[in-house]
Amino acid sequence: MKLKILELFGFLVFAGLLVPLKASSQPADQAAILHVLNRLAYGPRPGDIEHIMQIGLERYIDEQLHPDGMAMPDALTQRLAALSQGEMTQADLITTYRRVIKAAMEDGTGGAPGGGLAIRNALYRKMAIHFGELRLVRAIESPRQLEEVMDEFWFNHFNVVAGKGLDHVLIADYEREAIRPYVLGKFRDLLGATSKHPAMLFYLDNWLSAAPSADARPRIAGTKTEISGLNENYARELMELHTLGADGGYSQEDVTALARMLTGWSFDPRFAGTGSAFRFVPRLHDFGDKVWLGRAVPVKGEAEGEWALDVLAAHPSTAHHIAFKLAQYFVADDPPAALVDRLTQQFLTTDGDIRAVLSMLFASPEFRDPANYGSKFKTPYRFVVSAVRAAAVDVKNVRPLLATMTRLGMPLYGCQSPDGYKNTADAWLNPDALAQRISFATALGLGRIPLGKLVDDDLANDPYAPAAAAANPSSEGAANGVYPPPDFQALLATLGGQITDRARSRIASAEPSTLRAALVLGGPDFMRQ
Amino acid sequence: MNRRQFLRGVSAAGAGTISLGPNSWAKALATDTATTRRLIVVFLRGAVDGLNLVVPYREANYYRLRPRIAIAQPGDDDGAIDLDGQFGLHPALTPLLPFWRQGSLAFVHAAGSPDPTRSHFDGQDNIESGTPGNKATRDGWLNRLEGALPGDPALRAAPTRAISIGAVVPRVFLGSNRVTTIASGATALRPSVLDRPAVNEAFASIYHDDVRFGGAFKEFVAARGDVMTALEDPEMREANNGAPPSYAFAGDAVRLATLMRLDPRVQLGFLAVSGWDTHANQGGAKGQLANLLTPFAGGMAALAENLGPVYQDTAIVVISEFGRTVAQNGNGGTDHGHGNVMWLMGGNVAGGKVHGEWGGLDDGALHDGRDVPVTTDYRTILAQVCERHLLLPDTKLSEVFPAMPEQLAPVRVIKG
Repeated sequence: MKLKILELFGFLVFAGLLVPLKASSQPADQAAILHVLNRLAYGPRPGDIEHIMQIGLERYIDEQLHPDGMAMPDALTQRLAALSQGEMTQADLITTYRRVIKAAMEDGTGGAPGGGLAIRNALYRKMAIHFGELRLVRAIESPRQLEEVMDEFWFNHFNVVAGKGLDHVLIADYEREAIRPYVLGKFRDLLGATSKHPAMLFYLDNWLSAAPSADARPRIAGTKTEISGLNENYARELMELHTLGADGGYSQEDVTALARMLTGWSFDPRFAGTGSAFRFVPRLHDFGDKVWLGRAVPVKGEAEGEWALDVLAAHPSTAHHIAFKLAQYFVADDPPAALVDRLTQQFLTTDGDIRAVLSMLFASPEFRDPANYGSKFKTPYRFVVSAVRAAAVDVKNVRPLLATMTRLGMPLYGCQSPDGYKNTADAWLNPDALAQRISFATALGLGRIPLGKLVDDDLANDPYAPAAAAANPSSEGAANGVYPPPDFQALLATLGGQITDRARSRIASAEPSTLRAALVLGGPDFMRQ
Repeated sequence: MNRRQFLRGVSAAGAGTISLGPNSWAKALATDTATTRRLIVVFLRGAVDGLNLVVPYREANYYRLRPRIAIAQPGDDDGAIDLDGQFGLHPALTPLLPFWRQGSLAFVHAAGSPDPTRSHFDGQDNIESGTPGNKATRDGWLNRLEGALPGDPALRAAPTRAISIGAVVPRVFLGSNRVTTIASGATALRPSVLDRPAVNEAFASIYHDDVRFGGAFKEFVAARGDVMTALEDPEMREANNGAPPSYAFAGDAVRLATLMRLDPRVQLGFLAVSGWDTHANQGGAKGQLANLLTPFAGGMAALAENLGPVYQDTAIVVISEFGRTVAQNGNGGTDHGHGNVMWLMGGNVAGGKVHGEWGGLDDGALHDGRDVPVTTDYRTILAQVCERHLLLPDTKLSEVFPAMPEQLAPVRVIKG
C-alpha cells in the first residue's frame, strides 16, 4: 500500500465531522461539499454551499456531468451573445491576419501610430482582451462549472499559444470549435478536432510538412517559409504529449513515420467561406510505404492520419496518460496508482468516454478521501478566478485579471510550450508567488481593482502589463470602475469551513478592519484547493 | 526530500532570523575565498541550434546539409567570425568577442546529456536534475550544490544566497535548500503591499503558524528585506534605468548581476530564456534565430559587465537541453538533435578556446545518422566548475551529481 505522507496536515482542521457519503438522503457534510466545489468548480460563490446542502452532493455532481441539462442564466446568455457579436469566421480571421501582417512587414515608420506595426499590435491586444473575456466570464459566472474546469484542462492538454503568428487571432475559434464541444465526450473526437484545426496545425508546424519528393512550392502565401520536406514537430508532440506520453512506447523512427503519415494535413490560407479552412493537400502527402508502431501502414492518403488517430486514441498508454493527468488534476499532485489503474481500464472499456472516466473518478474512495481535501495548491488561474467568484464581483474589465495571471507566471493562452501548464504545488508555490497573490488579494479586498470599468477602444495599455492599481493599492487612480470592497463577513459565509476557526478569529479582530476581506482572500486557507 | 518538507524546514529555521543586510558580511567574506566564488546558470529552453552559434565552417557536410540556413565562411558576406581557424561565431554574437579575445569566454562543442531523448521536457529534466535518464530524482543539481558548498554556515543560510529570476522556481533549483525568486522584469523593483507595516503584520498573524505556507511567507519577508536593500541602491536604480525594457532577458541579467555585485552573499543565480525551438524558417546569419541571438548576446555582455569586479570570481554557464539536426528540415528549420554547445564565461575560465572532442560532421560521424554526437558529458564540465571554481570538495561531488560518468576525454575549462 502506498503510504501518503502528509505530515504538514497533522492537525488539519475543518469544521464538522467527516462522514463518508453514502446515499443522497443523508445530509451532505460541508467539508465534502467544499472539496467538490474546489475541484469540480472554481470554488464557491455566495449560496453555493447552501444550494448543494439542499439538493445533495450526488445530484450536484450528476448535474455537472450533464451540463446541457442546466439552464444558463439569462444575463449570462445575453452577455456571451454580446461578446460573440461580430465574431469573424475562421476564413475571415485568417484573411485579416494575413492582410495585417503584410502591412506590418511593409511598415517603414518603425511602429509609428497608424502604421502597419501599430495596427498589428492593436489587433493583437484587442484579440487578447477578447479571448480573455470570453473565457473568464464563463469561468466566473457559468453554473456549468465542471464544463469550464474541463475546458481549461483540455485546452491545456492540447495547448496552443496565442503569441505565435496566426494563433494571435485563432484562439477563440480553436477553443469553440475544437475543445468545448468535446470536453465531456469522446477523447477520439477531441483528437480529431484539434488535429485538424488550423491553430494546432500552425502552432506545431504540420501545415508546412511535406514529403521530400513533393513539388516544392517556393512559399506559403503570406509567409517566407518554404515547403520542401518533412517537419516532425506535430507528430512528436501528438504522441508524446497528446496521447501515449513520453514513455508510451514509441521510437524516433515512429516519430518520422507518423510525420510522413500526416503530411498533407494542412489548411488553405486563402480559404473564403464558412466552416473550417482545413485541407488535406495530396500534393504534400508522402504516399510511400511506412512502418509505424510495428505496423505496416496501408497507403491511403488522408485516411492514414485518421487511422493513426484511431490507434492512438485506443492505445493503453494513452489511456494511462490521460488517466494519470485527470487523477492529478482532480485528486492529488501524486495521484494514487490504484485509482490511475482503474481509470485507465475505464478509459479503455468505454472507448475513451471522458464522462464515464470522470464519473468513476468522482465516485472513487480516493477522490472522496478527506485526506485529499484541501491538499492541492491553487494554480494562479484558479486562484484569481476563485477569488473573484467568492467576492461575487461582476467583472466587466478582465484586464487586471489577465495582468495578474501573467505576473504570477501563468499568462492566459500564453503557455509557450505544447505541454501546457502544470497544476502541482511544486510548479507554483514559492515565496515570491505567495507575495504576489497577497498583493492581488489586498487590492481586491480593498476594492481597488477597476473590474467594473468597461473596456473601451482605448488600446494604449498592454493588457499583459501589470495593472497599476492591482500592484499598488494605495494609488489614487483607481476611482473609475471600482466596486465597493467586498464584505468580509459575506466572504466568510460564502467560504464556510474552508476558512478555519483559528483564521476566522484572527481575521475578525484584525486592524484596520478594511483589511479583513483581503485577509480572507490572501490567507493560507484560500490558497488551498 | 520534497518541497513540502523543505518549506517546513525553512519555517523552523527562519523564525527569529534578523537580517543584517549585505554590508555587515563584507568583512567576513574578504577572508573566505570559497564563498566569494559565484555561479550563474543560463538555460536556453527549446534546444538552441549550437551549430549556427559556434559554426564548424570547415565541414563540407555543414554546407551540404544546410543549403539555406548555414552561416557563410569567415570573410564572406554575413560570414561567421573566425574564432580559432576551425570554428566561427554567428555574427549576431559580436558583443561577446571582447570576452573571447580577453580569454574569459570558452565553448565546449559536442557536449550534452548521454540520454538519447529528443523530448524537450525530458531533455530539460535530464539537464536540470543532474541525473540524466533517471526520472526518480526530485530535486535539481543547483539546489543540491547549494547544500554541498563549503563556507561560513551563517552565510550559507543567507536568504539571498540562491536567486532565481522568474515567477516559477525552475527544476534545477527545486529541493530542500532555500531559493529566492525575483520576478522577471522591472516589476521586481516595485513596492509590494507587504512592505507596508500594517499589511505585513496582519498577514503575518494569519500565516505565521500555518504549517504549509507559513515558511514560504517568512521566506519572502526575510529575502525581501535584503533584496530591496540591494535593489534600492542608487547604483541598481541606475543600472535598471539603462536596461532595454523591450527585452526581458537583458533587464533581468543586469538586475541579477548588479545584485550579485552589491550583495556578497548572492552566490548562485539562474536565468532562463525561451523561444529557441526553430523548427521552421530559422534563417542563417539573418532571420529568426539571428533576431533572438542579437538581444541575447547584448544581455550576456551586460551580465558580464554589470558584475564589475565580481566577474573575475564568477563562472557563467550557458546550456540547452540538446542541439538540433545537422540537416535543415523541409521548412528551412531544424528538428531536435543531440550534441550542442555549452558556453562558459568568467575570470577563471580557460577562455579563447573551443573545447571538446570534435569528430567532424561526415555522415559516419553523426549520431543516429543525423545529429552531432555527445562526446563530453555536461556533468563533467559542471563538475569542474563546482570543484575547481567553486571549491566544492571532491567528497561532495557525488551529492551534487550522483552516478557521474568517467570523464572520457580530458577537457580543462577552468584555469589553475
